[in-house]
Amino acid sequence: MTQLPQSTERKLGLVIDLDTCVGCHACVISCKGWNTENYGAPLSDQDAYGADPAGTFLNRVHSYEVQPEQGHAQLVHFPKSCLHCEDAPCVTVCPTGASYKRVEDGIVLVNESDCIGCGLCAWACPYGAREMDMAERVMKKCTLCIDRIYNENLPEVDRIPSCVRTCPAGARHFGDLGDPDSDVSKLVSERGGVDLMPEMGTRPVNKYLPPRPRDKMEEQVDVLAPLLAPVAEDAKGFMGWLDKMLEKI
Amino acid sequence: MHPAPSVIIFTTLSGLGFGLLFFLGLGFPAVSGLVAFVFFAIAFGLSVAGLVASTFHLGHPERAWKAFTQWRSSWLSREGWCAVIALIVMGLYAVGAVFLGQHWRVVGVFGALFSLATVFTTSMIYTQLRTVPRWNMKLTPALFLSFSLAGGALLGGQVRIALVLLLVAALVQLAYWKQGDGALAASGTDLGTATGLGSRGAVRAFEPPHTGTNYLLREFVHVVGRKHAQKLRVIAFALAFVLPIVLLLLPFNHVFGLLAVLSHLAGVATSRWLFFAQAEHVVGLYYGKR
Repeated sequence: MTQLPQSTERKLGLVIDLDTCVGCHACVISCKGWNTENYGAPLSDQDAYGADPAGTFLNRVHSYEVQPEQGHAQLVHFPKSCLHCEDAPCVTVCPTGASYKRVEDGIVLVNESDCIGCGLCAWACPYGAREMDMAERVMKKCTLCIDRIYNENLPEVDRIPSCVRTCPAGARHFGDLGDPDSDVSKLVSERGGVDLMPEMGTRPVNKYLPPRPRDKMEEQVDVLAPLLAPVAEDAKGFMGWLDKMLEKI
Repeated sequence: MHPAPSVIIFTTLSGLGFGLLFFLGLGFPAVSGLVAFVFFAIAFGLSVAGLVASTFHLGHPERAWKAFTQWRSSWLSREGWCAVIALIVMGLYAVGAVFLGQHWRVVGVFGALFSLATVFTTSMIYTQLRTVPRWNMKLTPALFLSFSLAGGALLGGQVRIALVLLLVAALVQLAYWKQGDGALAASGTDLGTATGLGSRGAVRAFEPPHTGTNYLLREFVHVVGRKHAQKLRVIAFALAFVLPIVLLLLPFNHVFGLLAVLSHLAGVATSRWLFFAQAEHVVGLYYGKR
Protein backbone atom coordinates (compact mmCIF):
# COMPACT_ATOMS: atom_id res chain seq x y z
CA MET A 1 0.00 0.00 0.00
CA THR A 2 1.58 3.26 -1.05
CA GLN A 3 -0.27 5.42 1.42
CA LEU A 4 2.16 6.36 4.16
CA PRO A 5 1.50 5.15 7.72
CA GLN A 6 0.32 7.89 10.13
CA SER A 7 3.18 7.02 12.43
CA THR A 8 5.64 4.19 12.86
CA GLU A 9 6.39 2.26 16.06
CA ARG A 10 10.11 2.86 15.65
CA LYS A 11 12.18 5.07 13.36
CA LEU A 12 15.22 3.03 12.48
CA GLY A 13 17.86 4.97 10.66
CA LEU A 14 21.46 6.08 10.38
CA VAL A 15 23.38 8.95 11.87
CA ILE A 16 26.35 9.93 9.73
CA ASP A 17 29.21 11.85 11.28
CA LEU A 18 30.69 14.19 8.67
CA ASP A 19 33.44 15.09 11.13
CA THR A 20 34.73 11.55 11.33
CA CYS A 21 34.19 10.22 7.82
CA VAL A 22 37.55 9.82 6.08
CA GLY A 23 36.08 9.17 2.63
CA CYS A 24 37.49 5.65 2.27
CA HIS A 25 34.36 4.26 0.50
CA ALA A 26 34.52 1.04 2.55
CA CYS A 27 30.78 1.43 3.32
CA VAL A 28 30.06 1.66 -0.42
CA ILE A 29 31.85 -1.60 -1.14
CA SER A 30 30.49 -3.43 1.87
CA CYS A 31 26.93 -2.35 0.97
CA LYS A 32 27.37 -3.49 -2.62
CA GLY A 33 28.75 -6.83 -1.44
CA TRP A 34 26.07 -7.60 1.12
CA ASN A 35 23.18 -6.49 -1.04
CA THR A 36 24.43 -8.37 -4.07
CA GLU A 37 24.82 -11.65 -2.22
CA ASN A 38 21.69 -11.51 -0.07
CA TYR A 39 18.12 -10.12 -0.12
CA GLY A 40 16.53 -9.23 -3.45
CA ALA A 41 17.86 -8.82 -6.95
CA PRO A 42 21.67 -8.48 -7.04
CA LEU A 43 23.20 -5.05 -7.67
CA SER A 44 24.42 -5.50 -11.23
CA ASP A 45 27.29 -3.89 -13.08
CA GLN A 46 27.40 -3.05 -16.77
CA ASP A 47 30.68 -3.21 -18.67
CA ALA A 48 32.41 -3.74 -15.32
CA TYR A 49 35.86 -4.42 -16.81
CA GLY A 50 35.45 -2.35 -19.97
CA ALA A 51 36.02 1.27 -20.91
CA ASP A 52 32.73 2.63 -19.55
CA PRO A 53 31.81 0.79 -16.34
CA ALA A 54 28.58 1.60 -14.49
CA GLY A 55 26.55 -0.16 -11.85
CA THR A 56 23.89 -0.05 -9.17
CA PHE A 57 24.88 1.18 -5.73
CA LEU A 58 22.71 1.92 -2.70
CA ASN A 59 25.29 4.07 -0.97
CA ARG A 60 27.71 6.55 -2.50
CA VAL A 61 30.31 8.89 -0.99
CA HIS A 62 30.58 12.41 -2.39
CA SER A 63 33.27 14.89 -1.35
CA TYR A 64 32.62 18.61 -0.95
CA GLU A 65 34.78 21.62 -0.25
CA VAL A 66 33.39 24.24 2.12
CA GLN A 67 34.97 27.67 1.87
CA PRO A 68 34.07 29.87 4.85
CA GLU A 69 34.19 33.65 4.49
CA GLN A 70 37.40 33.70 6.48
CA GLY A 71 39.97 30.99 6.98
CA HIS A 72 40.84 27.83 5.16
CA ALA A 73 38.61 25.65 3.01
CA GLN A 74 37.51 22.37 4.56
CA LEU A 75 37.04 19.06 2.76
CA VAL A 76 33.98 17.09 3.83
CA HIS A 77 33.37 13.49 2.79
CA PHE A 78 29.67 12.90 2.43
CA PRO A 79 28.16 9.39 2.36
CA LYS A 80 24.62 9.34 0.99
CA SER A 81 22.03 6.56 1.02
CA CYS A 82 18.25 6.33 1.59
CA LEU A 83 17.18 8.57 4.49
CA HIS A 84 14.00 6.51 5.18
CA CYS A 85 11.93 9.72 5.23
CA GLU A 86 8.84 9.96 7.42
CA ASP A 87 7.03 11.74 4.61
CA ALA A 88 8.60 9.69 1.84
CA PRO A 89 7.55 11.09 -1.57
CA CYS A 90 8.91 7.98 -3.30
CA VAL A 91 6.24 5.83 -1.62
CA THR A 92 3.12 7.84 -2.46
CA VAL A 93 3.95 8.19 -6.17
CA CYS A 94 4.29 4.42 -6.69
CA PRO A 95 1.39 3.24 -8.87
CA THR A 96 1.63 -0.46 -8.00
CA GLY A 97 2.13 -0.52 -4.25
CA ALA A 98 5.64 -1.94 -4.68
CA SER A 99 7.11 0.88 -2.59
CA TYR A 100 6.04 1.00 1.02
CA LYS A 101 7.04 2.23 4.46
CA ARG A 102 6.91 -0.33 7.24
CA VAL A 103 4.72 0.51 10.24
CA GLU A 104 6.86 -1.47 12.69
CA ASP A 105 10.22 0.21 12.08
CA GLY A 106 9.76 2.91 9.44
CA ILE A 107 12.04 1.25 6.88
CA VAL A 108 11.17 2.15 3.26
CA LEU A 109 11.29 -0.93 1.04
CA VAL A 110 10.52 -2.04 -2.52
CA ASN A 111 8.62 -5.24 -3.21
CA GLU A 112 10.57 -6.20 -6.31
CA SER A 113 7.95 -8.60 -7.68
CA ASP A 114 5.43 -5.72 -7.85
CA CYS A 115 7.83 -3.11 -9.28
CA ILE A 116 7.11 -2.24 -12.93
CA GLY A 117 10.32 -0.21 -13.25
CA CYS A 118 8.57 3.05 -14.17
CA GLY A 119 11.22 5.04 -12.28
CA LEU A 120 8.75 7.56 -10.84
CA CYS A 121 9.91 6.92 -7.24
CA ALA A 122 13.47 7.81 -8.23
CA TRP A 123 12.10 11.01 -9.82
CA ALA A 124 10.33 11.84 -6.56
CA CYS A 125 13.42 11.30 -4.36
CA PRO A 126 15.45 14.50 -3.91
CA TYR A 127 18.47 12.60 -2.59
CA GLY A 128 19.20 10.20 -5.45
CA ALA A 129 18.73 7.29 -3.06
CA ARG A 130 17.01 5.01 -5.57
CA GLU A 131 18.67 3.49 -8.60
CA MET A 132 17.11 1.36 -11.30
CA ASP A 133 19.01 -1.89 -11.78
CA MET A 134 19.78 -2.21 -15.46
CA ALA A 135 19.87 -6.03 -15.41
CA GLU A 136 16.76 -6.77 -13.31
CA ARG A 137 14.91 -3.61 -14.43
CA VAL A 138 13.49 -3.01 -10.96
CA MET A 139 14.15 -0.19 -8.49
CA LYS A 140 16.82 -0.81 -5.86
CA LYS A 141 17.30 1.07 -2.63
CA CYS A 142 18.84 0.81 0.83
CA THR A 143 16.93 -1.71 2.99
CA LEU A 144 18.81 -0.70 6.13
CA CYS A 145 20.08 -4.29 5.80
CA ILE A 146 16.76 -5.70 6.90
CA ASP A 147 18.25 -9.17 6.38
CA ARG A 148 21.00 -8.42 8.93
CA ILE A 149 19.37 -6.38 11.67
CA TYR A 150 16.73 -9.03 12.49
CA ASN A 151 18.86 -12.02 11.48
CA GLU A 152 19.26 -14.34 14.45
CA ASN A 153 21.66 -16.56 12.51
CA LEU A 154 24.26 -13.78 12.72
CA PRO A 155 26.30 -13.02 15.84
CA GLU A 156 24.70 -10.11 17.69
CA VAL A 157 27.56 -7.76 16.84
CA ASP A 158 26.75 -8.18 13.14
CA ARG A 159 23.03 -7.35 13.47
CA ILE A 160 23.56 -3.81 12.20
CA PRO A 161 23.64 -2.51 8.62
CA SER A 162 26.67 -3.63 6.65
CA CYS A 163 27.91 -0.05 6.11
CA VAL A 164 27.84 0.65 9.85
CA ARG A 165 29.60 -2.63 10.67
CA THR A 166 32.32 -1.92 8.12
CA CYS A 167 33.10 1.76 8.74
CA PRO A 168 36.68 1.84 10.06
CA ALA A 169 36.31 5.41 11.35
CA GLY A 170 33.13 4.91 13.36
CA ALA A 171 31.42 7.58 11.30
CA ARG A 172 28.15 5.67 10.89
CA HIS A 173 25.70 4.92 13.68
CA PHE A 174 22.51 2.84 13.57
CA GLY A 175 19.56 3.00 15.93
CA ASP A 176 16.01 4.10 16.71
CA LEU A 177 15.70 7.82 16.07
CA GLY A 178 12.11 7.75 17.31
CA ASP A 179 13.30 6.99 20.86
CA PRO A 180 14.68 10.20 22.43
CA ASP A 181 16.78 8.14 24.88
CA SER A 182 18.55 6.03 22.26
CA ASP A 183 22.28 6.51 21.71
CA VAL A 184 21.70 7.85 18.20
CA SER A 185 19.09 10.38 19.37
CA LYS A 186 21.46 11.61 22.09
CA LEU A 187 24.26 11.90 19.53
CA VAL A 188 22.02 13.96 17.24
CA SER A 189 21.00 16.36 20.02
CA GLU A 190 24.57 16.72 21.37
CA ARG A 191 26.17 17.35 18.01
CA GLY A 192 23.35 19.33 16.37
CA GLY A 193 22.42 16.76 13.71
CA VAL A 194 20.73 18.19 10.62
CA ASP A 195 18.27 17.11 7.90
CA LEU A 196 19.24 17.24 4.23
CA MET A 197 17.03 19.54 2.12
CA PRO A 198 14.53 20.22 4.94
CA GLU A 199 12.62 22.52 2.55
CA MET A 200 11.52 19.46 0.56
CA GLY A 201 9.26 18.46 3.46
CA THR A 202 10.38 14.83 3.40
CA ARG A 203 11.26 14.73 7.12
CA PRO A 204 14.23 12.36 6.77
CA VAL A 205 14.92 9.93 9.62
CA ASN A 206 18.67 9.77 8.91
CA LYS A 207 20.61 12.68 10.35
CA TYR A 208 23.98 14.20 9.49
CA LEU A 209 26.36 15.47 12.17
CA PRO A 210 28.16 18.59 10.89
CA PRO A 211 31.97 18.70 11.01
CA ARG A 212 33.44 20.29 14.15
CA PRO A 213 35.35 23.57 13.70
CA ARG A 214 39.00 23.02 12.93
CA ASP A 215 41.88 24.22 15.15
CA LYS A 216 43.18 27.65 14.18
CA MET A 217 46.79 27.87 12.96
CA GLU A 218 47.40 31.53 13.90
CA GLU A 219 46.81 30.97 17.62
CA GLN A 220 49.56 28.35 17.92
CA VAL A 221 52.52 29.03 20.20
CA ASP A 222 55.98 27.98 19.05
CA VAL A 223 57.15 26.02 22.08
CA LEU A 224 60.67 25.43 20.68
CA ALA A 225 61.45 29.11 20.00
CA PRO A 226 62.96 29.91 23.45
CA LEU A 227 65.20 26.84 23.27
CA LEU A 228 66.56 27.74 19.85
CA ALA A 229 67.44 31.36 20.67
CA PRO A 230 71.23 32.15 20.47
CA VAL A 231 72.77 31.71 23.93
CA ALA A 232 75.81 34.03 23.62
CA GLU A 233 75.18 37.39 21.92
CA ASP A 234 78.78 38.77 22.13
CA ALA A 235 81.74 36.42 22.20
CA LYS A 236 84.58 36.75 24.74
CA GLY A 237 88.11 35.29 25.08
CA PHE A 238 89.63 33.34 22.17
CA MET A 239 86.36 33.33 20.22
CA GLY A 240 86.11 37.13 20.68
CA TRP A 241 89.68 37.60 19.37
CA LEU A 242 88.98 35.28 16.40
CA ASP A 243 85.81 37.18 15.61
CA LYS A 244 87.70 40.49 15.55
CA MET A 245 90.54 39.07 13.41
CA LEU A 246 88.11 37.63 10.86
CA GLU A 247 86.25 40.95 10.66
CA LYS A 248 89.57 42.70 9.69
CA ILE A 249 90.51 40.36 6.87
CA MET B 1 15.73 15.24 -16.92
CA HIS B 2 16.43 12.74 -19.66
CA PRO B 3 14.02 13.50 -22.51
CA ALA B 4 13.00 9.89 -23.18
CA PRO B 5 11.26 9.57 -26.57
CA SER B 6 8.60 7.31 -25.03
CA VAL B 7 7.31 9.98 -22.63
CA ILE B 8 7.51 12.76 -25.21
CA ILE B 9 5.53 10.68 -27.74
CA PHE B 10 3.11 9.66 -24.99
CA THR B 11 2.32 13.12 -23.64
CA THR B 12 2.20 14.73 -27.10
CA LEU B 13 -0.01 12.15 -28.86
CA SER B 14 -2.32 11.24 -25.99
CA GLY B 15 -2.72 14.94 -25.12
CA LEU B 16 -3.94 15.61 -28.65
CA GLY B 17 -6.04 12.45 -28.80
CA PHE B 18 -7.85 13.07 -25.51
CA GLY B 19 -8.30 16.73 -26.51
CA LEU B 20 -10.09 15.59 -29.67
CA LEU B 21 -12.15 13.06 -27.68
CA PHE B 22 -13.20 15.92 -25.36
CA PHE B 23 -14.61 17.92 -28.26
CA LEU B 24 -16.17 14.87 -29.95
CA GLY B 25 -17.88 13.96 -26.67
CA LEU B 26 -19.36 17.44 -26.41
CA GLY B 27 -20.61 17.22 -30.00
CA PHE B 28 -18.12 19.57 -31.67
CA PRO B 29 -18.35 18.43 -34.41
CA ALA B 30 -21.56 16.37 -34.03
CA VAL B 31 -20.57 13.84 -36.65
CA SER B 32 -22.11 10.47 -37.49
CA GLY B 33 -21.54 7.56 -39.84
CA LEU B 34 -18.30 7.32 -41.83
CA VAL B 35 -17.15 10.86 -40.93
CA ALA B 36 -17.58 10.02 -37.24
CA PHE B 37 -15.63 6.80 -37.81
CA VAL B 38 -12.67 8.76 -39.21
CA PHE B 39 -12.74 11.31 -36.38
CA PHE B 40 -12.94 8.65 -33.68
CA ALA B 41 -10.26 6.55 -35.39
CA ILE B 42 -7.89 9.53 -35.27
CA ALA B 43 -8.75 10.33 -31.64
CA PHE B 44 -8.42 6.72 -30.44
CA GLY B 45 -5.34 6.15 -32.58
CA LEU B 46 -3.53 9.12 -31.00
CA SER B 47 -4.56 8.40 -27.40
CA VAL B 48 -3.91 4.65 -27.57
CA ALA B 49 -0.61 5.09 -29.45
CA GLY B 50 0.46 7.50 -26.72
CA LEU B 51 -0.54 5.13 -23.93
CA VAL B 52 1.25 2.21 -25.60
CA ALA B 53 4.38 4.35 -26.06
CA SER B 54 4.32 5.16 -22.35
CA THR B 55 4.77 1.47 -21.50
CA PHE B 56 8.01 1.30 -23.51
CA HIS B 57 10.03 2.93 -20.75
CA LEU B 58 8.81 0.45 -18.13
CA GLY B 59 11.25 -2.14 -16.85
CA HIS B 60 8.47 -4.72 -16.53
CA PRO B 61 5.54 -3.81 -18.84
CA GLU B 62 4.00 -7.25 -18.18
CA ARG B 63 3.17 -6.08 -14.65
CA ALA B 64 1.65 -2.78 -15.83
CA TRP B 65 -1.85 -3.89 -14.74
CA LYS B 66 -0.70 -3.57 -11.12
CA ALA B 67 -0.57 0.19 -11.69
CA PHE B 68 -4.35 0.30 -11.29
CA THR B 69 -4.18 -0.60 -7.59
CA GLN B 70 -2.89 2.60 -5.93
CA TRP B 71 -5.35 5.25 -7.10
CA ARG B 72 -5.73 6.50 -3.53
CA SER B 73 -2.23 7.97 -3.44
CA SER B 74 -0.61 7.80 -6.88
CA TRP B 75 -1.32 10.18 -9.76
CA LEU B 76 0.14 7.65 -12.18
CA SER B 77 -2.42 5.11 -11.02
CA ARG B 78 -5.24 7.67 -11.28
CA GLU B 79 -4.09 8.48 -14.80
CA GLY B 80 -4.41 4.80 -15.72
CA TRP B 81 -7.98 4.69 -14.42
CA CYS B 82 -9.02 7.94 -16.10
CA ALA B 83 -7.56 6.82 -19.43
CA VAL B 84 -9.32 3.45 -19.37
CA ILE B 85 -12.66 4.96 -18.29
CA ALA B 86 -12.40 7.72 -20.93
CA LEU B 87 -11.58 5.22 -23.69
CA ILE B 88 -14.42 2.82 -22.73
CA VAL B 89 -17.04 5.56 -22.36
CA MET B 90 -15.99 7.33 -25.54
CA GLY B 91 -15.88 3.95 -27.29
CA LEU B 92 -19.54 3.48 -26.37
CA TYR B 93 -20.33 7.00 -27.56
CA ALA B 94 -18.45 6.30 -30.81
CA VAL B 95 -20.53 3.15 -31.43
CA GLY B 96 -23.69 5.26 -31.11
CA ALA B 97 -22.38 7.98 -33.42
CA VAL B 98 -20.85 5.73 -36.08
CA PHE B 99 -23.31 2.84 -36.32
CA LEU B 100 -26.60 4.11 -34.89
CA GLY B 101 -26.47 7.80 -35.78
CA GLN B 102 -27.19 8.54 -32.12
CA HIS B 103 -25.48 11.17 -29.93
CA TRP B 104 -25.99 10.02 -26.37
CA ARG B 105 -25.54 13.32 -24.59
CA VAL B 106 -24.84 12.04 -21.07
CA VAL B 107 -22.37 9.43 -22.31
CA GLY B 108 -20.57 12.03 -24.43
CA VAL B 109 -20.27 14.60 -21.63
CA PHE B 110 -19.13 11.90 -19.20
CA GLY B 111 -16.49 10.70 -21.70
CA ALA B 112 -15.40 14.28 -22.41
CA LEU B 113 -14.86 14.95 -18.71
CA PHE B 114 -12.81 11.78 -18.24
CA SER B 115 -10.75 12.63 -21.35
CA LEU B 116 -9.87 15.97 -19.81
CA ALA B 117 -9.28 14.30 -16.43
CA THR B 118 -6.76 11.97 -18.12
CA VAL B 119 -4.75 14.94 -19.36
CA PHE B 120 -4.98 16.57 -15.93
CA THR B 121 -3.78 13.43 -14.13
CA THR B 122 -0.88 13.12 -16.61
CA SER B 123 0.15 16.68 -15.80
CA MET B 124 -0.12 16.01 -12.06
CA ILE B 125 2.45 13.18 -12.35
CA TYR B 126 4.97 15.91 -13.13
CA THR B 127 3.45 18.74 -11.09
CA GLN B 128 3.55 16.76 -7.83
CA LEU B 129 7.36 16.40 -7.94
CA ARG B 130 8.95 18.95 -5.61
CA THR B 131 12.27 17.53 -6.74
CA VAL B 132 11.84 19.23 -10.13
CA PRO B 133 11.01 22.88 -9.34
CA ARG B 134 10.34 23.66 -13.01
CA TRP B 135 7.46 21.16 -12.96
CA ASN B 136 6.25 21.85 -9.45
CA MET B 137 4.14 24.83 -10.55
CA LYS B 138 0.42 25.48 -11.05
CA LEU B 139 1.25 26.40 -14.64
CA THR B 140 2.15 22.78 -15.45
CA PRO B 141 -1.45 21.47 -15.44
CA ALA B 142 -2.47 24.70 -17.20
CA LEU B 143 0.13 23.98 -19.88
CA PHE B 144 -0.99 20.37 -20.47
CA LEU B 145 -4.71 21.21 -20.43
CA SER B 146 -4.43 24.27 -22.68
CA PHE B 147 -2.28 22.36 -25.19
CA SER B 148 -4.67 19.43 -25.21
CA LEU B 149 -7.76 21.62 -25.67
CA ALA B 150 -6.16 23.74 -28.40
CA GLY B 151 -4.97 20.63 -30.26
CA GLY B 152 -8.36 18.95 -29.82
CA ALA B 153 -10.23 21.93 -31.23
CA LEU B 154 -7.77 22.16 -34.12
CA LEU B 155 -8.12 18.45 -34.96
CA GLY B 156 -11.89 18.68 -34.58
CA GLY B 157 -11.99 21.45 -37.19
CA GLN B 158 -13.50 23.96 -34.74
CA VAL B 159 -11.75 26.94 -36.30
CA ARG B 160 -13.07 29.76 -34.10
CA ILE B 161 -12.66 27.86 -30.82
CA ALA B 162 -9.23 26.65 -31.96
CA LEU B 163 -8.07 30.21 -32.64
CA VAL B 164 -8.99 31.32 -29.13
CA LEU B 165 -7.57 28.20 -27.48
CA LEU B 166 -4.30 28.37 -29.47
CA LEU B 167 -3.87 31.95 -28.29
CA VAL B 168 -4.54 30.92 -24.68
CA ALA B 169 -2.12 27.97 -24.93
CA ALA B 170 0.53 30.28 -26.43
CA LEU B 171 0.21 32.69 -23.49
CA VAL B 172 0.35 29.83 -20.98
CA GLN B 173 3.48 28.53 -22.73
CA LEU B 174 5.20 31.93 -22.45
CA ALA B 175 4.23 32.28 -18.79
CA TYR B 176 5.42 28.71 -18.11
CA TRP B 177 8.84 29.39 -19.64
CA LYS B 178 9.17 32.67 -17.75
CA GLN B 179 8.25 31.25 -14.35
CA GLY B 180 10.08 27.98 -15.01
CA ASP B 181 13.40 29.70 -15.66
CA GLY B 182 13.40 31.06 -12.12
CA ALA B 183 11.82 28.05 -10.42
CA LEU B 184 14.98 26.32 -9.18
CA ALA B 185 16.35 29.54 -7.69
CA ALA B 186 12.96 30.34 -6.14
CA SER B 187 12.74 26.87 -4.56
CA GLY B 188 15.56 27.76 -2.17
CA THR B 189 17.23 24.40 -2.70
CA ASP B 190 20.96 24.55 -3.42
CA LEU B 191 24.09 22.58 -2.62
CA GLY B 192 24.10 24.28 0.79
CA THR B 193 20.72 22.85 1.86
CA ALA B 194 21.42 19.57 0.03
CA THR B 195 24.50 18.90 2.16
CA GLY B 196 23.41 20.79 5.29
CA LEU B 197 26.75 22.61 5.09
CA GLY B 198 25.49 25.88 3.57
CA SER B 199 25.62 27.83 6.86
CA ARG B 200 29.36 27.18 7.12
CA GLY B 201 30.42 28.70 3.81
CA ALA B 202 30.27 28.25 0.06
CA VAL B 203 29.92 24.55 -0.80
CA ARG B 204 31.54 23.19 -3.95
CA ALA B 205 31.43 19.64 -5.30
CA PHE B 206 35.04 18.57 -4.95
CA GLU B 207 35.03 14.94 -5.98
CA PRO B 208 32.22 12.82 -7.45
CA PRO B 209 31.45 9.47 -5.78
CA HIS B 210 32.25 7.52 -8.93
CA THR B 211 34.42 8.04 -11.99
CA GLY B 212 31.92 6.74 -14.55
CA THR B 213 28.28 7.51 -15.09
CA ASN B 214 25.27 5.97 -13.33
CA TYR B 215 21.47 5.78 -13.46
CA LEU B 216 21.05 9.08 -11.62
CA LEU B 217 23.28 11.01 -14.00
CA ARG B 218 21.69 9.46 -17.10
CA GLU B 219 18.14 10.00 -15.89
CA PHE B 220 18.27 13.32 -14.03
CA VAL B 221 21.31 15.29 -15.11
CA HIS B 222 20.62 15.76 -18.82
CA VAL B 223 22.69 18.66 -20.16
CA VAL B 224 22.92 17.94 -23.89
CA GLY B 225 20.96 20.40 -26.01
CA ARG B 226 20.52 23.04 -23.31
CA LYS B 227 22.64 25.43 -25.34
CA HIS B 228 20.08 25.33 -28.15
CA ALA B 229 17.16 25.83 -25.77
CA GLN B 230 16.38 29.40 -26.82
CA LYS B 231 16.38 28.51 -30.54
CA LEU B 232 14.21 25.48 -29.85
CA ARG B 233 11.77 27.63 -27.90
CA VAL B 234 11.36 29.94 -30.88
CA ILE B 235 10.88 26.93 -33.20
CA ALA B 236 8.38 25.28 -30.83
CA PHE B 237 6.38 28.49 -30.40
CA ALA B 238 6.28 29.24 -34.13
CA LEU B 239 5.24 25.69 -35.08
CA ALA B 240 2.78 25.08 -32.26
CA PHE B 241 0.96 28.42 -32.30
CA VAL B 242 2.02 31.10 -34.79
CA LEU B 243 1.85 29.03 -37.97
CA PRO B 244 -1.44 27.25 -37.11
CA ILE B 245 -3.08 30.57 -36.18
CA VAL B 246 -1.96 32.13 -39.48
CA LEU B 247 -3.18 29.09 -41.43
CA LEU B 248 -6.56 29.18 -39.66
CA LEU B 249 -6.98 32.89 -40.41
CA LEU B 250 -6.49 32.24 -44.14
CA PRO B 251 -9.60 31.28 -46.14
CA PHE B 252 -10.35 27.71 -44.99
CA ASN B 253 -9.34 24.72 -47.02
CA HIS B 254 -8.39 21.20 -45.98
CA VAL B 255 -4.73 21.47 -47.03
CA PHE B 256 -4.24 24.47 -44.75
CA GLY B 257 -6.10 22.60 -42.01
CA LEU B 258 -3.84 19.57 -42.35
CA LEU B 259 -0.73 21.78 -42.38
CA ALA B 260 -1.94 23.58 -39.23
CA VAL B 261 -2.41 20.22 -37.45
CA LEU B 262 1.01 18.87 -38.51
CA SER B 263 2.74 22.12 -37.58
CA HIS B 264 0.99 22.16 -34.20
CA LEU B 265 1.96 18.51 -33.58
CA ALA B 266 5.63 19.20 -34.36
CA GLY B 267 5.58 22.34 -32.20
CA VAL B 268 4.02 20.56 -29.22
CA ALA B 269 6.54 17.72 -29.54
CA THR B 270 9.40 20.26 -29.50
CA SER B 271 7.91 22.03 -26.51
CA ARG B 272 7.56 18.67 -24.72
CA TRP B 273 11.19 17.82 -25.47
CA LEU B 274 12.15 21.10 -23.81
CA PHE B 275 9.76 20.37 -20.94
CA PHE B 276 11.88 17.32 -20.07
CA ALA B 277 15.34 18.38 -21.25
CA GLN B 278 15.28 21.70 -19.40
CA ALA B 279 13.82 20.33 -16.16
CA GLU B 280 16.42 20.42 -13.40
CA HIS B 281 16.15 17.63 -10.82
CA VAL B 282 17.64 18.71 -7.49
CA VAL B 283 19.72 15.52 -7.26
CA GLY B 284 22.00 17.17 -9.84
CA LEU B 285 23.08 19.52 -7.04
CA TYR B 286 24.87 16.66 -5.29
CA TYR B 287 26.94 16.20 -8.44
CA GLY B 288 27.65 19.93 -8.75
CA LYS B 289 25.71 19.98 -12.02
CA ARG B 290 23.26 22.84 -11.43
